[in-house]
Amino acid sequence: MKGLSKDRLWSVAVLLPSVLLIAVFVYGFIARSVYVSMTDWGNDPTQALALDPVIRFIGLANYQDLFTGFLQGRFRQELVSTVFFTAFFILGCLGLGLGLALILDRNPRGEGLWRTIFLFPMSLSFIVTGTIWRWMLQPGGGVNQAPTLFGGQPSTFPWLSSTEAIWKFDWNKLPLLTATVVAVVLIVVAVRALRAGDRRRTLVAALCAALLLGWALFVAPNLKLLPAPELHGFNLALIGIIIAAVWQMSGYTMALYLAGLRGIPEELREAAKVDGAGDLGMYRHVIFPLLAPISLSAMIVLGHISLKIFDLVYAMSGPDNINTSVPALNMYLTSFRQNQFALGAAIGTILLVLVAFVIVPYLASQFRGEEGHA
Amino acid sequence: MTTTLPTHTAPAAAPRKPLRPGRVVMYALLVLAALFFLIPVYLLFATALKSPDAIAEATTWHWPSVLNWGSFRDAWAKIGGNMLNSVFLAVVATLLSAVLGSLNGYALSKWKFRGANTLFALMLFGMFIPYQAVLIPLFQFVESVKWAPIDLGFVTIPGFQLYGSIWALILTHVVYGIPITTLIFRNFYADVPDALIEAATIDGAGFWQIYGKVIFPISIPGFVVVIIWQFTQVWNEFLFAATLTNTSSQPVTYALSQLAGGQAVSWNLPMAGAILAALPTLLVYILLGRYFVRGLLAGSVKG
Repeated sequence: MKGLSKDRLWSVAVLLPSVLLIAVFVYGFIARSVYVSMTDWGNDPTQALALDPVIRFIGLANYQDLFTGFLQGRFRQELVSTVFFTAFFILGCLGLGLGLALILDRNPRGEGLWRTIFLFPMSLSFIVTGTIWRWMLQPGGGVNQAPTLFGGQPSTFPWLSSTEAIWKFDWNKLPLLTATVVAVVLIVVAVRALRAGDRRRTLVAALCAALLLGWALFVAPNLKLLPAPELHGFNLALIGIIIAAVWQMSGYTMALYLAGLRGIPEELREAAKVDGAGDLGMYRHVIFPLLAPISLSAMIVLGHISLKIFDLVYAMSGPDNINTSVPALNMYLTSFRQNQFALGAAIGTILLVLVAFVIVPYLASQFRGEEGHA
Repeated sequence: MTTTLPTHTAPAAAPRKPLRPGRVVMYALLVLAALFFLIPVYLLFATALKSPDAIAEATTWHWPSVLNWGSFRDAWAKIGGNMLNSVFLAVVATLLSAVLGSLNGYALSKWKFRGANTLFALMLFGMFIPYQAVLIPLFQFVESVKWAPIDLGFVTIPGFQLYGSIWALILTHVVYGIPITTLIFRNFYADVPDALIEAATIDGAGFWQIYGKVIFPISIPGFVVVIIWQFTQVWNEFLFAATLTNTSSQPVTYALSQLAGGQAVSWNLPMAGAILAALPTLLVYILLGRYFVRGLLAGSVKG
């Protein structure tokens, strides 16, 4: 078997450069970013671009600054914005994508043409999409002028420049809110485990929920992140950017759902019909449950895109509009315009943690099953 | 294997039914949705083809009475050089990515070793990271690669600076493209029966002979998917373009953002620029849409 081992060696040799590159450019650079985020590099502007800057290790001070510092309100607003953006962006793409896929699944004439129309924005860059929609959503632009086509008055909604926000909450209540939300999720987990008869899981989940609720009731109210209340909510200026993002990406969910729908064997639908299911019943009990894994998969891909989106915002409302800004854009500006590298690295690291929450469980579940019979 | 859209085998023989009310509603919804997707395109062209003084709020929706093709000439004058940068960048980076991905996919799917899947999962994570989390070290690295001209007496090796050169972007796109290209090829080769490889091994073929005689010749569809996908990604990328280049090497996405971001610009110019910048990927999509969709679905990691 000498030849075989030589071939094995070749396969390792072929993979080695890529493995090394990924090790350095992904994991090495992440480690380096985390380190940089714990220094004061760039916090003193005179040192930022010095040939040999004095850099000191300052631990988690940058993170503390981002979450509680007086000057970093912009970042906190961005964190809140990114959560709202992600929620509405995913909902919009899933809803529109599913709707289009369900229609196309009924074999309309010219299906290929319809699909081409719904998918073409996917091939554009966010910069192009942003440029187009920036023009559409100008104060006197296409969308606001649309009513005049039907003889009406132009609308005056400030699409990208609105400073109004809804669903505002005090940043000081964030620990309380987070604890409550997590506790509610845990209670749901506990109830489901109870129904499934899994006693240990029920106990653990219920205990954790109780602990969190107790903490939220007795400790959190006394916890003050900031000396004064700071309100953050869903900025209405984001609506325009969400529309543009849905315009660009809903074709993707349509393609996913369509592939899923076409993968459902005809016999299943027939069987459901034989069992007396109407059209609605069939969708509810047969088709939608089968599409659930696709929704999850789409949510994960869209979620990570949404968390790191910034070029669309950059192209639509420019880098300096605080009302529409997102952390990914702030990172770029902080690092490469203000040269505050450590603070930028901290924002980058926070983004990475957010994305990892979404991606790591997904990758783990994708490959856990496979490793067994490899 | 990646789920592919079996749409092209859709029952074409569906008999012509009389238009029932349900079908009418269906077509109405389709037309509405198509309007949502196409109206921006109409406004894009209507604006690009107007002369600057014909652009006014009240006539936003009107098709220009006199077509002004000059917008495209002016836009080309501003971003044409960047378009050429993008072409060079996208072609070189895409070809390198495809070759690397094909070899990786072959090694990972046909020469499995213990832990191959774990290694692959660790590689895949690189596809999802926000590049903001590696941007500062990447910037430092790219800046540090430079040397002054070296005089060897008989020949002089010219000096080089990676930062600001198009090669910085090529390197970056090839490296961060490894996960997706490896994924697509790995899934593609998973459908090649292992028995074929075993038979070739018994015939005395080695790693490279099997690749050259068995695997590579059947790889064309895989290459098409990867090339289309990578070309589109590299062409459309913005973050690296904005951080690792300087004026002479900026690709078109960055140039367009500068063109559109200016305050006193008449809107026909950025609109014409957007059309120019969108054209290559749009053409690829229209001509080879099926493969584009395949790459798209592969991106959602159907293992």
